[in-house]
Amino acid sequence: MASVEIRDVRKAFGSTQVIHGVNIGINDGEFVILVGPSGCGKSTLLRMIAGLENISGGEIRIGERVVNDVPPKERDIAMVFQNYALYPHMTVADNMAFSMKLRNAPKSEIQARVSKAAGILGLEKLLDRYPRQLSGGQRQRVAMGRAIVRDPQVFLFDEPLSNLDAKLRVQMRTEIKELHQRLKTTTVYVTHDQIEAMTMADKIVVMHDGIVEQMGAPLELYDRPANLFVAGFIGSPAMNFVKGKIRAGAQPSFESDGGGVFPLTTAPQGSDGQPAVYGIRPEHFQLSAAGLPAEVVVVEPTGSETQVVAKIGGQELVCIFRERITAGPGETIRIAPDPNLVHLFDAQSGNRMS
Amino acid sequence: MSDSVAGRLTAPAIRHTTRWDRLRINRNWLGFWFMLPAALILVLFLAYPLGKGVWLSFTDAKIGRTGVFIGLENYEWLGLPWWEDADGVFWLSVFNTVVYTVVASVVKFAIGLYLAILLNQHLPFKALIRSIVLIPFVVPTVLSAIAFWWIFDSQFSIISWSLRHMGLIDHNINFLGDPNNARAAVIFANIWRGVPFIAITLLAGLQTVSPSLYEAATLDGATRWQNFRFVTFPLLTPIIAVVMTFSVLFTFTDFQLIWAMTRGGPVNATHLMATLSYQRAILAGNLGEGAAIATAMVPFLLFAIMVSWFGLQRRKWQQGADND
Ligand SMILES: Nc1ncnc2c1ncn2[C@@H]1O[C@H](COP(=O)(O)OP(=O)(O)O)[C@@H](O)[C@H]1O
Ligand SMILES: [Mg+2]
Repeated sequence: MASVEIRDVRKAFGSTQVIHGVNIGINDGEFVILVGPSGCGKSTLLRMIAGLENISGGEIRIGERVVNDVPPKERDIAMVFQNYALYPHMTVADNMAFSMKLRNAPKSEIQARVSKAAGILGLEKLLDRYPRQLSGGQRQRVAMGRAIVRDPQVFLFDEPLSNLDAKLRVQMRTEIKELHQRLKTTTVYVTHDQIEAMTMADKIVVMHDGIVEQMGAPLELYDRPANLFVAGFIGSPAMNFVKGKIRAGAQPSFESDGGGVFPLTTAPQGSDGQPAVYGIRPEHFQLSAAGLPAEVVVVEPTGSETQVVAKIGGQELVCIFRERITAGPGETIRIAPDPNLVHLFDAQSGNRMS
Repeated sequence: MSDSVAGRLTAPAIRHTTRWDRLRINRNWLGFWFMLPAALILVLFLAYPLGKGVWLSFTDAKIGRTGVFIGLENYEWLGLPWWEDADGVFWLSVFNTVVYTVVASVVKFAIGLYLAILLNQHLPFKALIRSIVLIPFVVPTVLSAIAFWWIFDSQFSIISWSLRHMGLIDHNINFLGDPNNARAAVIFANIWRGVPFIAITLLAGLQTVSPSLYEAATLDGATRWQNFRFVTFPLLTPIIAVVMTFSVLFTFTDFQLIWAMTRGGPVNATHLMATLSYQRAILAGNLGEGAAIATAMVPFLLFAIMVSWFGLQRRKWQQGADND
C-alpha cells in the first residue's frame, strides 16, 4: 500500500492540452474517486498514474518514489479496465495467474493466491471457464480478481461498472466498497456517475475540462459545492439554479429575474443589488402554507416521494417532497425553500459566495 | 356462395396437396432449391473436371486420340521412389514441390507476420506503406515472373551487375542455370509474391485484438516479446491456420511463376508437379500420363487440408455465447 501524490500534472496530445495542471493528494489506503463528465480527462489521468500514457508536465509519486520515468510494470499498480480486458484464450484461473507466471512465481504460491482471490470474489466454481462463457458481472469479478492476485500498492479502476446493467451495478458498487474495506489498498476509481462517486468514495475529485473543480469528502461536496459546476454535478436530481439579484437589508432576500422572491437567512457583506445565482436542491423544499405560491407543471410520484416541477416567477423548479401531492397541473401549491440550505454563487465567476 | 362462412371452404375449393407442392414448399426442400445453383456451378466447374482428370489418368489418352482404360498403368510408370524403374523426373518434381512449398511457406509466414506486426504499429504514412506492401500481390504473376527472369538473367542481371560494381564478385552469377541457384531464385520470387497476402490478412487479424489486452498484459509485467508470445500469437492462431492453408495450397499447385521463369529447368531442377504434368500432358501430348501426375497431387493437398481442418477447429476459448 502507498500514498499517491499528483503534482501540477499536465498532459498534451500533440498540441491539444487535455489536463491543465492537476494537484491531488491520495493518502495511504484511501478510496478516491475521480468523477466528471465524459471527456474531462479522468481516464487520461488514471492512465498516467498507471504509466500507460507519459506525463507531459508535473510529477506523480507512488509512495516516496517519483514514477514519471518508471515503466508500468515496475510501478506495482493493478488496473481494472472498463471492457475488463480479460485474455480470451485463458481460463479464469490463468487470467488471474498470468502476472505471477510472468514473474516465475512458484506454482504453489500461484495456486494459493488465485484460490484466495477466487474465494474473496466467489469465483471458485468458474476457474476453468473461459471469459466468453461468463456473464458481464462474472467477467467484472475476474477482472478484479486479476488485480487482487497482484496484491499491488494501488488499485486503479476505469469505469468498471459502466458495462453492467443497473441492478448489477448497484450490487457491484457494494462489493467493491466491501472489498476495499477488507483489503485497505489505496484505490483510484474513475467514473462519470456521481451516484457511484457519492456512495463509494472516501474522497471525491470533481474534474471538468482537464482541471480539478473541487476535492473533498462526498457530503462536503454536497453541502458546500465550491462553484456552479460542482453544485450542478453532484446530487440527483440536480440543484435548481435561479438567476437574479441579492436584496440585502434587515430581511435579506433574493429576487429572481422573473420577479420571484426567495428567502435568504443572511446576505454576504455589501452584496445588495449584486447579480447572483441562487441554488437550492430539490429535496430542500417544503410544503408550507407560508411558502411561495408556485404553479404545478408536472407531478411524478414514485411512491416513497413525489417529484414536482413547479413554476415560480416563470422559472421551472424541481422539488421533491416526502408527502404525497394531490394538486394537478395548473393548480397552485405553496412551497418554501429551506433558507439554511440555500447556496449563493457569484453570477460572473460561478464561485460560491461566503 | 351466400351460405359459406368466412374461413370455411366448400369441398370443390379444397385442392389436395400434390407431391410437387410438397417439394416446392417443404422447408428442407427449400434449402435444397437455394443450394442448387451453387451446387450446379461447383459440379460443372470443379467436380466434373476433377472427375474427368482422374478418369484420364486411368486411360492412355493422347492429344487427338481418346484413350482406352488401362487401369493403374500410368501410375505404375511413375512408380515408387525406391523402385529401380521409377520415373526419376517425376519423383524429382515431387521433391522439388515439397521443398518449394515448405521453404516458401515457412519464410512467407515469418516475413508476413513480421510485416503485419510492423504495419500494426503507429507509423507515419501508414496507409501509404500498407498499399505499397500490397504491390507484389497486385502485379500480374506473369509480369512479375518476367521481371524476375530479367533480374536473374545470366548476362543482364541487375544483382550480378551491382555486386560486380561493388567488387564483391568478379563474374556474373548463373542464377537460373545452376540447379540450386534456380531453386532458390524461384522460391525467392514466390515468397516476394506471396508475402503481401499473408501480411495483410494477419494485419487484419491483429487489428481485431483489443489494445487494452496489451495494456493489461503490460501492467501484468509482460515484456514486448511476452506480449507477442502470450497474447498476440494465441489470439492470431485461427487466422494463421486459414491463411497458411491457402498459402500452402496455392504454393503447392504453383505453375505460372515457374513456367514463366524457368520452364522447369535447368535439368528439371525446378520442375514442380504442376509444370511436369503440363509438360507431359499438353506439350508431349500424353494426356493420360499428365493426368496421373496431376492426380498424384491430390493426396498431398488432402493432407494439407486435413492439417488445416484440425487446426481450424474452433478452439475451446472461442466457444460459448458472447453475451454481455
Ligand atoms: N490518444 C489520444 N489522442 C488524442 N486525444 C486524446 C487521446 N486520448 C484522449 N484524448 C482526449 O483527451 C480528452 C480526455 O479524454 P479521457 O481522459 O478519455 O476522458 P474521460 O474523462 O471521458 O475518461 C478527450 O477530449 C479526448 O478526446
Ligand atoms: Mg474514460
